[in-house]
Amino acid sequence: MTLKIHQDHSRFKQIVRGKIKANLRKYVQKGEMIGKKGKDAISIPIPFIDIPRFKYGHKEQGGVGQGDGEVGQQLGPGAVEPGDGHQAGQGEGDHALEVDVTLEELAQILGEELQLPHIERRHNEKIVTQKIRYTGINTTGPESLRHFKRTFKQALRRQIAAGTYDPARPVIIPTREDRRYRSYKLQDLPETNAVIIYMMDVSGSMGDEQKEIVRIESFWLDTWLRHQYKGLEARYIIHDAVAREVDRDTFFHTRESGGTMISSAYKLCRDIIQADYPKSAWNIYPFHFSDGDNWSADDTRQCIEMLRNDVLPNVNQFAYGQVESPYGSGQFIKDLREAVGDTPNVALSEIADKDAIYASIKDFLGKGR
Amino acid sequence: MPKSLTPRLAALRDEIHGYAKEFGLDFFDTVFEMVSYDEMNMVAAYGGFPTRYPHWRWGMEYEQLAKGYEYGLSKIYELVINNDPCYAYLMESNPEVDQKLVMAHVYGHCDFFKNNFSFRHTNRRMIDEMANHATRVRRWVDKIGVEKVEDFIDRTLSLENLIDQHSPHIRRNPDPRRAEDELKANERVEGFKVGREYMRGYINPSEFLDSQRKKVEEEKQRAKKFPERPQRDVLLFLLEEAPLEPWESDILAILREEAHYFAPQGQTKIMNEGWASYWHSTIMTRRALRDDEIIDYADHHSGTMGTRPGAINPYKLGIELWRDIEERWNKGRFGKEWDECDDLRARRSWDKKLGAGREKIFEVRKHYNDITFIDTFLTPEFAMEQKLFVYGFNDKRNSWEILDREFRKVKSKLLQGLTNFGQPIIEVVDGNHENRGELLLAHKHDGQDLKGDYARETLRNLQSLWRRPVNIITRYDNKGMMLRFDGATHTEKKVEL
Repeated sequence: MTLKIHQDHSRFKQIVRGKIKANLRKYVQKGEMIGKKGKDAISIPIPFIDIPRFKYGHKEQGGVGQGDGEVGQQLGPGAVEPGDGHQAGQGEGDHALEVDVTLEELAQILGEELQLPHIERRHNEKIVTQKIRYTGINTTGPESLRHFKRTFKQALRRQIAAGTYDPARPVIIPTREDRRYRSYKLQDLPETNAVIIYMMDVSGSMGDEQKEIVRIESFWLDTWLRHQYKGLEARYIIHDAVAREVDRDTFFHTRESGGTMISSAYKLCRDIIQADYPKSAWNIYPFHFSDGDNWSADDTRQCIEMLRNDVLPNVNQFAYGQVESPYGSGQFIKDLREAVGDTPNVALSEIADKDAIYASIKDFLGKGR
Repeated sequence: MPKSLTPRLAALRDEIHGYAKEFGLDFFDTVFEMVSYDEMNMVAAYGGFPTRYPHWRWGMEYEQLAKGYEYGLSKIYELVINNDPCYAYLMESNPEVDQKLVMAHVYGHCDFFKNNFSFRHTNRRMIDEMANHATRVRRWVDKIGVEKVEDFIDRTLSLENLIDQHSPHIRRNPDPRRAEDELKANERVEGFKVGREYMRGYINPSEFLDSQRKKVEEEKQRAKKFPERPQRDVLLFLLEEAPLEPWESDILAILREEAHYFAPQGQTKIMNEGWASYWHSTIMTRRALRDDEIIDYADHHSGTMGTRPGAINPYKLGIELWRDIEERWNKGRFGKEWDECDDLRARRSWDKKLGAGREKIFEVRKHYNDITFIDTFLTPEFAMEQKLFVYGFNDKRNSWEILDREFRKVKSKLLQGLTNFGQPIIEVVDGNHENRGELLLAHKHDGQDLKGDYARETLRNLQSLWRRPVNIITRYDNKGMMLRFDGATHTEKKVEL
């Protein structure tokens, strides 16, 4: 059923979308969205979607409340309604309205704003999952799928037809033949699968600032790729002189000291691909972040060799993001540029600071691979 | 769309209707309609009306209501429109006991709408009027384009609270300005009457004549100043004086009319919700409730009456005040003797068995609004019993806290929050500021500063209607301040007050 209000509702959503678009650069730079992420949606504060009025600052205003407590006692969080009251969801002392946007929609907006090309999938509809669809009613089936309403309807119909229905005593007893069951069909749903393999240098020279940048950037990469592929997997590798696979949380919160051997990470990445992600069925995206310092020229040579022989031929795109740090020489990106810079499925990006994330996302995703 | 009641519910309605009449409630015919939760959310988003002009904020409201319902955070039980006949909505999925409660509650509201003086001048055919407004706005949308119309509505809504809530009750002389102008125009400066021509120079020396002429000239200048007196109804002033296109005037007039229609509901929120709650409680517990419904009723009723520390629940405060008034007038706890009695024990056991409570509350519901209601009937005992307090923000601790439980402070804070429905009072002082056609507003500061970013955005919107620079005089941190927006930039400067 459509309600009259749906027109106003979609207009509201359209406006929200416009506001998000206009503020996207700010959202990308700030990491705050990551913290507000729910399962499929994200809360975004939208500036000035509410209508400005001459009104009092609520903090100065104060008010009258009701309940126990001594003078000087704090009121619990959420006890005071900010603003006019009935408009929910306003931040304290802030003129922003929080709206929920699905990650799907956010990705679309990101794509439009950054003019990202849609990814050309290497593998279409290779993997098939089966899904149960309830399609109709049957006269046989398991008891757990018995459709009570239909069963009783059938019995009522039979009793009326047989003349045994008594309106004064409307008792209906279904017999075996009256029973109705939900029937289902198994449907094959094609899916395209993809995996992101995140790699990050966690050696001493990568500070909190640098890791924050990686965290924000990977959020947006995730969001976009998830929009492009159903069933996206993610694997996480951290490395200093040795590499190991970790979970997402550890990935973003580990700090080690000591040297850096990038080859250790690439090796692990190669092994993971070989073990779990056959090229024929998967779209593969390794993303590597470091500050550009490697242990030795020899190790860098090993890296390039591994990239050329084992990684690049098997993946959609290999991406390297170099996060500027006061300690790093920043040499690694230069070496990569020289060695594999011309390869079509390599994306290289230098990320000077948070402001640069916006452009960097485009470096990574702009090739549409 | 909305359905009429099932026979079962119609029978229940007749039953509740009977109780309401029996208790002496006096209301317009009341039409109940059944709606789904989705339709309920829509109607609520539209402020209770089935049809409103197109605007995105209804959509926003709807989204919030729908989400609140989906997550189980909130549910609208009761919606009733001040109209003749009154329209009220019942949600299909509600259990019977809730439907009865809502009906009883609704009859309380309808009685209040019909009898309270604040609603006397409201349009009782507002459902039709709202539908007409919708048609008019849609027509402009077709003609002018949706973007332009919506943008204008956005800007006008920004000024929506700048009306004079009390204006429907004030009868002004028919245009006194014109009458005075005419008088002055006829006045000529000739000085005193001179009998002997040679005395003229002595009786009317030229300096005297000049100064008289100057006075008249100044008087004329002053008469040109408009508005003559500060004007609370800023929307009306804009309607009459701003250089608006016909379609803009029409929309502004629509929004102003709707704002005025809703104003009395803001002025009587505590009384009205309290009154309706008082009656649903009375009707349910004394008449309508069946034994097996008592738990569900109590659960629902207490949910409505729930309080939290940082807010006033108008249902709760209202019902308690009504009950307090009824009890006081039943027991004769008012008047000189009562006021002068300072024997605590005597006061506690005071009961003159007057039994005048019911009569008193019916009288009060006629002649008061929230401000006079609180001002007259909120007693120190009541404030203590209800555990009222003043809270404020503590910057050092970055949190809200209880500031005071002293009766005078509680009462004055409560009244302050109700004055001009808790909005700042702003008037047009000059429509030709500095003789340059600028608009000058003044904020009647009552100890609370305006929210700065909102004030600037609002000025921007005001300027787009006035089309010349706009100014507002207010106070920040106890210093006079004039905010100005000239169409391109915001400026502020200190002013002496």
